[in-house]
Amino acid sequence: MSIIKTKNLTKKFKDLLAVDGVNLEVEEGECFGLLGPNGAGKTSLIRMIIAVSPPTEGDIWMLGNDLRTYSRQVKAILGVVPQLDNLDPDLTVLQNLMTFARYFNIPKGEAYRRSMEVLHLFELENKRNNHIRELSGGMKRRLLLARGLINMPKILVLDEPTIGLDPQAKYLVWHKLSELKSQGVTQLLCTQNMEEATVLCDRVAIMHQGKILSLGSPQELISRYVGSEVWEIEVNSEERDKTIKEMESRGLDFDKAGDKIHVFHIEAGGQVTGLVDSPEGLRRRPGILEDVFFRLTGRSLIE
Amino acid sequence: MKPFSWRFIKVWQRNRDVFFRLWHSEAPGFVAEPIIILLAMGFGLGAYVGLVDGQEYIKFIAPGIIASYAMFSASFECTYGSFVRMEYQKTYDAIIATPLSVEDVVAGEIFWGATRSLMTGTIILVIATAFQLVPSPWAALIPVVSFLEGVMFASIAMLFTSIVPTIYSFNYYFTLFITPMFFFSGVFFPLTSFPEIVQTLSWVAPLTPVVHLIRALVNGELQLGLLGALALILILTVLFFSLSLITMRRRLAV
Repeated sequence: MSIIKTKNLTKKFKDLLAVDGVNLEVEEGECFGLLGPNGAGKTSLIRMIIAVSPPTEGDIWMLGNDLRTYSRQVKAILGVVPQLDNLDPDLTVLQNLMTFARYFNIPKGEAYRRSMEVLHLFELENKRNNHIRELSGGMKRRLLLARGLINMPKILVLDEPTIGLDPQAKYLVWHKLSELKSQGVTQLLCTQNMEEATVLCDRVAIMHQGKILSLGSPQELISRYVGSEVWEIEVNSEERDKTIKEMESRGLDFDKAGDKIHVFHIEAGGQVTGLVDSPEGLRRRPGILEDVFFRLTGRSLIE
Repeated sequence: MKPFSWRFIKVWQRNRDVFFRLWHSEAPGFVAEPIIILLAMGFGLGAYVGLVDGQEYIKFIAPGIIASYAMFSASFECTYGSFVRMEYQKTYDAIIATPLSVEDVVAGEIFWGATRSLMTGTIILVIATAFQLVPSPWAALIPVVSFLEGVMFASIAMLFTSIVPTIYSFNYYFTLFITPMFFFSGVFFPLTSFPEIVQTLSWVAPLTPVVHLIRALVNGELQLGLLGALALILILTVLFFSLSLITMRRRLAV
């Protein structure tokens, strides 16, 4: 059964179509990634799924229940980790968690036990009596994650959970998210970090201008749009046009990427030999999700 | 309009916890200031003021000071206080992602604002009683009236908060609405001392029926006309409470 299902989900703001008829199915226990450039509609989509923003059109079912009717019940089993810090600055770290637990109607003793547990999970126990303003950016982010787990959610919705984190903290978060997945917690992860999506997600959807352009496992998407290997060709500007003509005549699948040219879906190395004079101008590397992202959403700035 | 649920109490509890951590920074505003005004105006100005019925001036203004500062408490709480929580701290956004709804948040904020009025009204009442300014035992009902008054002013404030673009807009609210009521609702001068037009305006100002009611309780002068004042308070409360539920949902659930 799909734990999250949307049909023709649409969100219109005054003169902007933020989400345009999205049909989405997230399976129970998977980590589902939403990728897309700024303004693609990811956050608008997520806000509708967590029942804080009413859809302009379309339907959402969570665990088979219509979200319009069961928003309270659904919100009780959701953990939400927002992109922007909305910790309560009037309260200490521990009070933040205890107060949040109260919103979920968790009794005090149980709330304390869980608060200490999630603080331990994100290595924040010794900060429990600190004020929010005394925390570093990374600690705030970890506390937001800890807070999102206070109700032991069935579904975790994460909007850029590792943005602004140093590599140590980022790996800690990735590790915890993988652990949660192995415990059966479904995750809907919104990210711009392609490595994060590759590491964590079973499936990803690439969103652009309110629509889902493509959907599949990271490996599927890479082999569909890029191939297992990408050849990067560096040519000087005089030879650039000539090289491009030659590549077109060979029927190669390529993109211009700044001063480089990326060639995709190469089955045999022979297809690119002779394109450039010097061997330094030709480099081979594995295809990655970022290549897929650029191929689908373009290289120019969106906003 | 969607109704609120019992869960509003969680928002009330959150505000209570914060208040009792920071109460010392709030105390000057809701305890010291009204006492200073009461004593300065009562004894200072009172020496020069002769009221028609021979009542001491300080006894005349004591009920109005209770009503006014109860009004200020709820008004500050649900304008600046609520706006900071909503726009700067994003506390509302965090709460509505839990089983609480926008309506629960609004109700929790309004009832917390009313609780501030109740506390302020009661503290000033106790101090005024200590100064022997409260002759009637009917004054024991003043905390209840302060709370009702608080719900009304918190609701009006919440409606305004739900539609203003920036925090600076509250200057209008206080300069054009709250402060004039402080002077023209019968707190410092009997309404009859004003020109006809001001008297008429006074009767539509929501503070006037409250001052009327509290003054009657302080002096033990109960009469049927007070039911009219009470009815007016209740009507305004239901109206603004409902409106603020609608406008706040419009602002937050986008």
